[in-house]
Amino acid sequence: MSSARLSQQTIVFGIFIVLFLVFSLLLPGFFSASNIVALLQNVAILGILGLGMAIVVIGRGIDISMIAALAVPPGLVLQMVNDGYPVSVSVAAALALVIVFGLVNGWLIAYAEVPSLFTTLASGLFLAGLGQVAFFKLDLVPWPPQLDAIAGFGRGSIVGIPMPVVMFGLTILVCAFLLRYTRFGTYLYATGDNPLGARTIGIPTRPLILRQYVFAALIAAFAGMVMAASIGTMQTRIYNSTMIYDVILVVVLGGIGLSGGRGGVLNAVTGTLLIGTLLNGMTILDMSYSAQNLIKGVILLIAILIDSVLNPRNEETAQQGDI
Amino acid sequence: MSFNHRRHLSRLLAGGILCAGLAAGAGQALAQGKGLDEPFRQPYLKALEGKTVAYVPLAMNVDLMQGWYAGLKKELEPLGVKFVLRDANWSTNAGAQAVTTLLSEKPDVIVVQNPDVQTYAKLLQRAEASGIHVVQINMRSSYNSSAYVGADWIEMGEKQAAAVINACKGKSNKIAIMQGQLSAAASAYTLTGVENVLAKHPEIKVVSSQAADWDATKAKGIAQTVLKQHPDLCGIIGFWDGMDVGTAAAIQEAGLTGKVFLATSGGGEQTRSCDLVKSGAFDVDFSYDVPSQAGSMVTMIKWLLQSGVKPGTAKGSIYTTLIPITKENASLPGTCWSLGKS
Repeated sequence: MSSARLSQQTIVFGIFIVLFLVFSLLLPGFFSASNIVALLQNVAILGILGLGMAIVVIGRGIDISMIAALAVPPGLVLQMVNDGYPVSVSVAAALALVIVFGLVNGWLIAYAEVPSLFTTLASGLFLAGLGQVAFFKLDLVPWPPQLDAIAGFGRGSIVGIPMPVVMFGLTILVCAFLLRYTRFGTYLYATGDNPLGARTIGIPTRPLILRQYVFAALIAAFAGMVMAASIGTMQTRIYNSTMIYDVILVVVLGGIGLSGGRGGVLNAVTGTLLIGTLLNGMTILDMSYSAQNLIKGVILLIAILIDSVLNPRNEETAQQGDI
Repeated sequence: MSFNHRRHLSRLLAGGILCAGLAAGAGQALAQGKGLDEPFRQPYLKALEGKTVAYVPLAMNVDLMQGWYAGLKKELEPLGVKFVLRDANWSTNAGAQAVTTLLSEKPDVIVVQNPDVQTYAKLLQRAEASGIHVVQINMRSSYNSSAYVGADWIEMGEKQAAAVINACKGKSNKIAIMQGQLSAAASAYTLTGVENVLAKHPEIKVVSSQAADWDATKAKGIAQTVLKQHPDLCGIIGFWDGMDVGTAAAIQEAGLTGKVFLATSGGGEQTRSCDLVKSGAFDVDFSYDVPSQAGSMVTMIKWLLQSGVKPGTAKGSIYTTLIPITKENASLPGTCWSLGKS
């Protein structure tokens, strides 16, 4: 199995290198330090989300509600501060919302045993709807000046590297540490590989799943804050977009099998780099939005196909509702 | 037809008799210092009382759509007009479904904003055939209904292009175009306007013309890449201020504020237009002044409901006068409007 996993990541990394070289040779202006920085900056948010999704997918789940968690809690912070609440109260309220949201997701999946795909599909819709009905007057929530003190993590740059990219790097480190050096990480791989087996040997799989979804929601909200700071407004309408497919694309393309238990931070990063190169190249080529979507769709299909060949479903552990 | 004529004639006659009577009575009333009963008021009130207006915007949580709705309600609700709101929430499907349901609910007027020129066209035609007046706002479909109230997008494109080209004089002559959604009227017609002007200016080079899907995040991503490729870009034509906050953020991040001229368009809401022009994010924002659009819609609806014309037989377009918002007038009171105060 490990040789197969290695080969998918190698293939994707190879495609990335080839694409990068082709663009560098054929597209004037592609291979320049400033464009590479722009490339990274464009996919930094996607990369952060991809890492959160990677953790869920490694634990044999999926979290479709990440875009709602990206949009609504940060939107709530901005809206509350705009409405005159103190920054601390607003941040606390949003944080509470994220954690409760993650816990509900996790509880439904771990204890009520609703498949993760359906749970998060529904809960994402719920959170997006809640935001629209209860929190936001308009879909664009402007970044209030009172929050400028904490705008640093999405705006500006350190030694020429834009802050969103720095935040992406930070998330990489946190996730790598979690997966490699903590009990949470070890248990996550075990549970993702064989949930029943993991339970039998005494791993508390249900609390683990709970934590996994809280973590994903927190990462999504963090990505949302970075995004809002960087654009200067939170576009809550983003939950209507197809961004979640890009996130799944990053994960699957990077070689993290949807059947769980495999892959790591490096895979998500590889996937992000490939998508970033593609998007950047297509924008420089002045390709239309629809054509870009078409190409992304085809690539996702191919990636899922390769995934199902290299990481076939394990008939012993597969369950109804797994994807 | 002949029946109508006869009825018309009899109405005229009745009106004439009434007038004669009034003229006679007026002298009396004036002499006694009493008020006059205005004879046209009752038919007006009666024509509007209890009527239903259905409102189908692209989405409800946007300044434009809120402004129009507030304007309509403020004027029509006191007259006893009932409102039905069907929020399409950015989904073309949901919108088409809403219009289809309205066909059987039979409101008196449908006020609709089209996501694109095709989807609702057949439905709106059916609505008028079944006796419902259709007023289209700002983004019209290929079917021309009783009334269109909105911006003249071709003019919009021409004005924006002219502004950017003017700002490019003596510079690189490289511009970028940030489109909305390819099939939407507001995007497609504006592009035509831009092309009209560009045809006369062969020296201008369009280095990028992409659709950001009315999405600020996408606009920022595209603008970032374009600015990295062409740091000497002299202007960007953006198709909506709600989306171009992203374009402006990219320009600002690249440290090119003031160097890259950004022209955009919108409804003239305070926080989205005037404030952003004042801050230097936008260099010019062409406003189609939402409150005056709402006023035009109210006028059309009042007239349509009183006129007795069969829906779909009389057609007209009310193009909004565009107001360029620049640093000069952005601080003046009345240039922009605020939600909640409209």
